[in-house]
Amino acid sequence: MATTAEGFDAHHEDHAHHDADHKPGFFARWFMSTNHKDIGTLYLIFAIIAGVIGGGISGLMRWELAEPGLQVMGQVVEFLGGEGTFDQQGHMWNVLITAHGLIMVFFMVMPAMIGGFGNWFVPLMIGAPDMAFPRMNNISFWLTVAGFLSLMFSAFVPGGVGPGAGVGWTVYAPLSTYGAQGPAVDFAIFSLHLAGAGSILGATNFITTIFNMRAPGMTLHKMPLFVWSVLVTAFLLLLALPVLAAAITMLLTDRNFGTTFFDPAGGGDPILYQHLFWFFGHPEVYIMILPGFGMISQIVATFSRKPVFGYLGMAYAMVAIGVVGFIVWAHHMYTVGLDVNTKMYFTAATMVIAVPTGIKIFSWIATMWGGSIEFKSPMVWALGFIFLFTVGGVTGVVLANGGVDDNLHDTYYVVAHFHYVLSLGAVTAMFAGWYYWFPKMFGRWHSEFLAHLQFWIFFVGVNMIFFPMHFLGLQGMARRYPDYTPAFEQWNHIASLGYVVTLVSVAVFFINIVYAFVAGRKPEGNYWGEGATTLEWSLSSPPPFHQFETLPVIQDHHSSDDHISPAPAKG
Amino acid sequence: MNFGEFARKRLQILTILAAAFTLFSAPQAALAQDAESVADAAVVAEEAAVETPAFEHFGADMIKGQPSFAEDGLVATMTFQEQYSPNGDYALWMHDAILLPIITVISVFVLFLLLWVMFRYRRGANPVPSKTSHNTLIEVIWTVIPIIILLVIAVPSIRLLAQQYESPPEDAITIKANGYQWYWGYEYVDNGGFEVISNMMPEADAVSQGLPPQLEVDNRMVVPVNTPLRIQTFGADVIHSFGIPSLWFKLDAVPGRVNEKMLTITEEGIFYGQCMELCGARHGYMPIAIEARSKEDFEAWVLSQGGTIGSGEVAEAEEVAEEPAEAEEATEA
Repeated sequence: MATTAEGFDAHHEDHAHHDADHKPGFFARWFMSTNHKDIGTLYLIFAIIAGVIGGGISGLMRWELAEPGLQVMGQVVEFLGGEGTFDQQGHMWNVLITAHGLIMVFFMVMPAMIGGFGNWFVPLMIGAPDMAFPRMNNISFWLTVAGFLSLMFSAFVPGGVGPGAGVGWTVYAPLSTYGAQGPAVDFAIFSLHLAGAGSILGATNFITTIFNMRAPGMTLHKMPLFVWSVLVTAFLLLLALPVLAAAITMLLTDRNFGTTFFDPAGGGDPILYQHLFWFFGHPEVYIMILPGFGMISQIVATFSRKPVFGYLGMAYAMVAIGVVGFIVWAHHMYTVGLDVNTKMYFTAATMVIAVPTGIKIFSWIATMWGGSIEFKSPMVWALGFIFLFTVGGVTGVVLANGGVDDNLHDTYYVVAHFHYVLSLGAVTAMFAGWYYWFPKMFGRWHSEFLAHLQFWIFFVGVNMIFFPMHFLGLQGMARRYPDYTPAFEQWNHIASLGYVVTLVSVAVFFINIVYAFVAGRKPEGNYWGEGATTLEWSLSSPPPFHQFETLPVIQDHHSSDDHISPAPAKG
Repeated sequence: MNFGEFARKRLQILTILAAAFTLFSAPQAALAQDAESVADAAVVAEEAAVETPAFEHFGADMIKGQPSFAEDGLVATMTFQEQYSPNGDYALWMHDAILLPIITVISVFVLFLLLWVMFRYRRGANPVPSKTSHNTLIEVIWTVIPIIILLVIAVPSIRLLAQQYESPPEDAITIKANGYQWYWGYEYVDNGGFEVISNMMPEADAVSQGLPPQLEVDNRMVVPVNTPLRIQTFGADVIHSFGIPSLWFKLDAVPGRVNEKMLTITEEGIFYGQCMELCGARHGYMPIAIEARSKEDFEAWVLSQGGTIGSGEVAEAEEVAEEPAEAEEATEA
């Protein structure tokens, strides 16, 4: 690695200033980027754009569901040039729920968590100058963008009753094969191929980087937990995404080339598709939340001024979650007609996941116990995360029971559950990470007041949206319905009001960004002070364009949570 | 099922649909007549025996399984619908007596711990942090206690599953629910094999009769009460799902396979359900309405549909009718 750093030195032609901050021109820097920090920034910008589109779609959905009857879909269809027939409205609804799911999963949470924060901070935290394969890093990003464009394009080509793919983010056959004519579903599937390929390349990049480019002295057991979380996530991606790729490729050939993998008329089986999809799909939910776990660990330790409690337990709890995450997939399929023994197995296996998850929750609390807690905005978001994730987690234990799930499957209870762990869990973790690292990444202070304000509005808003959904689900309201019987109106109305509240918090988020770039103070290198001990805090804010040209050395007496004191390692 | 037969069925359905379409305005008038005939029924009965006993469907007063309204009280809108099957009773007990208390206690416990550390270990109160980062005992405790809690949950959970998968007795009445885009067809396999096509009732019609819009249908699935039913589901085009919240019953209707599950309804009444698997543009508009009737009423209905009644079923059905009581005992145990 020392040679890598020297290699950079060998290139440099500019003698006037330090090589570390020599930046290429605008186009080369942002469109041909090989710098992990720039690619991380690109991913974050991309995730924000995708999040706005996906969140806007949820706005249309909540608007439609605010009261019984179809009020909004007709206008949406007409806006897009359709006639607005009853079937077209129903189809448009399905297109919107499909797009919302795919965008939020593949183009918002994953790019932000892994592409954004992972790219930015994994090399910084392990003391590496960059990712192992910088050009591959670049193609990962642009494949994700291409995937997003393919998905957007699918909304404007025929997809059966109307334009767009209205098959749900799960793309179940045979609704997605002979149930949906036209190229829209093909484009949506191709979008997953592209995004999936990008993620697989990204995953190999992270695994290689973390295994081979740690600074001297940083053993695996001294790595910050965020790096551990990205390492586990990368393995999940690497093992799960090829299965998805296989499944959706079979969908494509079923649709276009006359194969019958999932068509019983030719000896195929629709349930096979579900097994393949959820073999990917369940690890996928851990892919979305594990980096959040990592960030929360860093943040809680920093603002408690205390090392993470039970570091090894925390790291291996994530490994355990990752491993067990691969053997519980059929709990998404409890009602397809599984055998009783299968259902008992998946019930038991699913509940096992609660154990390592519980270890994480209690370890975070134990980290704070005895600490000296400072309520800066990232810490407030992290505390919110711990509570909301607990609420989402316990409803998961309810759903794990195959017999109980018979009533709750595909109801709003499930919607409430996975939004509590993702929308309120993963997204809250992302905001925590955003405010934790924003000054580090962009060299400007955000407003702490606005960050706190955003938290409280967001907290009220999302709970208003999603807590009533538990009640709707218990009462039997089905998912993926544009319309409902009047009995469900009360809680739906509150949920839709909650969306408006959440929208205000998003506005505060953008105001905060504008504030930071217009009037934000310049932060120091380690602006959180004493508690922040990982290697990124040894660098300036923002870090130099190329950091760690001289590799930092982790001394034996440094613990996993204390890499920079007493001997500071400056890039 | 072979595909020739399948195609013939589709043709049948089309014919029925066409007929239904021509009579589009008729139902309301017919129902109005029905209402009158209820009033006159007593008089008619006195005068003379009617040749074919007219089958009267239940009205709004017999609705049992439907979501609660705000007027029913806030709590009613926040919990499961009332249950009318042995499996439902047991599952509801498991949720209300085991799962809900446990998850509530855990959530409140975590919230309490968070608030406590936020208060006790805030910087103002505790300026110098401790350096504790390991404690094997506490780590073992918070691993073992969740395992014990999960075992407590697992026992009734596995029992519930076993109960749900009990095979129907041989004389159970088989009804096949076929999911179509976008309506249900109920095939009475043991009663001559006729199929009742069930479409959503137009909203205005439902409202005018005091029935819940988007849940009511034109032709309900009529079944005998307190009798084991062998419900089979089949998807004729894409995957649908046959779900009735108040009976704790949900089974996907998948093309190419027939799923089967036993269902026993313990009270007469109307129970609403909906398609629970995304199946295309009108996924939200293919409700299910089950009408559970006495054995006699059910048989009258079967005859009115041109079906047949097998012999010797009545005696055996009474035997099985005692089963729900046993199930309730199990619930208390």
